[in-house]
Amino acid sequence: MTGIILYSVAAILLVVSFLKDRKKTKLALKKAWVSFEGIMPQFLAVVCIVGILLSVVTPEMISKVSGKESGFIGVFISALLGAITLMPTFVAFSTADTLLKNGAGYTQIAALVSTLTLVGIATFPLEAKYIGKKGAFIRNLLAFLFSFIVAYIFEKVMV
Amino acid sequence: MKKIIKRYSFFLGVLLIIMALILLNKDTGLKALKLAKNSFFQMVEVLPPIMILLGLMDVWIPRERMIKYMGQDSGVKGIILAMLVGIIGAGPMYAAFPFTAVLIKKGVKFSNVIIFMNAWCVIKVSTVLFEISYLGYNFTFLRLLINLPGVIMMGYLTERLMGKDELTIIYKT
Repeated sequence: MTGIILYSVAAILLVVSFLKDRKKTKLALKKAWVSFEGIMPQFLAVVCIVGILLSVVTPEMISKVSGKESGFIGVFISALLGAITLMPTFVAFSTADTLLKNGAGYTQIAALVSTLTLVGIATFPLEAKYIGKKGAFIRNLLAFLFSFIVAYIFEKVMV
Repeated sequence: MKKIIKRYSFFLGVLLIIMALILLNKDTGLKALKLAKNSFFQMVEVLPPIMILLGLMDVWIPRERMIKYMGQDSGVKGIILAMLVGIIGAGPMYAAFPFTAVLIKKGVKFSNVIIFMNAWCVIKVSTVLFEISYLGYNFTFLRLLINLPGVIMMGYLTERLMGKDELTIIYKT
């Protein structure tokens, strides 16, 4: 669905751009290709790393550590698992739902969802290519710490 | 050829690990391979059009305008814009990365770049309905309520912690 929308928007804008200025459009396409090819090495590696991680870290494994009574340790491990795993957002939500139904605590799941969406250890090499190693490190670290604040507030409000 | 192998050496290395995994534990290894294939196709669905949009953005939007709206002195306007662009973004986290390159090139303030990235990750319009249907209104809105100020704070903190030297390097290249 997202793909269809993106391809249509890109196609429409490309036509509009082409009608307005051929040269600029050609340049835009060239730039698009260069940046696409430019990230392929990192990208393909990341895709494989994600495959390895997801094959090892399963929902069953997460549900074992994220029970209601697991306390801070549970929150910490959930946050860590969320940080090393990478999944599409909507899959993350359905996973979280399954975990909650299987007895996981809201606090732990809040931390998990937060790091799943915000922190990407697997995608680090890719991110560092754009905002530098230091930038990517700081952003991920802050996001990881932020997840504990999110978990804390969930603990106070939802539980 | 040698050059290509060198560029892709990281990828080839990880591929070897998957091969080794298949030899060690066939089920896990094949699962890893299948998952890698899935995320590859997911990428094909979003990355090419995003690159084209970025190319168009690069040639059509003048640097001066970007600086005015999201640059060093853009203030609240810059924050809101960075957030909005991130929120309407669709696609996985890594799809946001190429955007940051163009934003930086066009002189967008670093805190706004990070705000854009984090907003893209956590407050996406395209997945709000998913979240509500799976995790309910309370969960979704509480998360949104915490994330909105959180994203802004993390943007500023990241810029602060980066330091001037590092930022100069990033904006130069």
